[in-house]
Amino acid sequence: MNLAKVIGTIWATRKDESLVGAKMQIIQPIDHQQNKTGGEIIAIDTAGAGPGELVFYVSAREATIPYPKDLAPIDASIVGIVDRVDLYKQT
Amino acid sequence: MILAKVVGTVWASQKDERLVGAKLQIVRPVELDYSLKNNFFVAVDTVGAGVGEVVLVCQGSSARQTVMTENKAVDAAIMAIVDKLDVVE
Repeated sequence: MNLAKVIGTIWATRKDESLVGAKMQIIQPIDHQQNKTGGEIIAIDTAGAGPGELVFYVSAREATIPYPKDLAPIDASIVGIVDRVDLYKQT
Repeated sequence: MILAKVVGTVWASQKDERLVGAKLQIVRPVELDYSLKNNFFVAVDTVGAGVGEVVLVCQGSSARQTVMTENKAVDAAIMAIVDKLDVVE
């Protein structure tokens, strides 16, 4: 799982029928210091996140697991909204 | 999923027999302002996208998770056509 920030929403009327009703968000993967790591991706939102929120997401085939339908082409899913990140000094 | 623009079509008569009937499109990943990135790849079209349209492409083993691509040799599938993006920052 990786950290990301929700930076936008996307509308797509024509899509695979398994995704009808799914909420999609544009997310920017970030590291623990909020630096960008790589390009934006589109993720299915199963956690109810809003723009600007810090979230964590799963990628690859595992991303279909939180989705209610088994056969859905999803390679990224938001699975949680981050409340707080605690970092400890490296020893 | 990533944003990409359909820039062409691939015709291939000789291919894996389970791919017969699949529409193969050349797509180029785009930025949020729809400007093209430098790479491109071929994806199976499951929604009927046309050249010039901005689409969502699902990559990796998840690309096999559609009725059209299930259990086939596919690692990229076009699974939505983008109407509008709303970017807040």
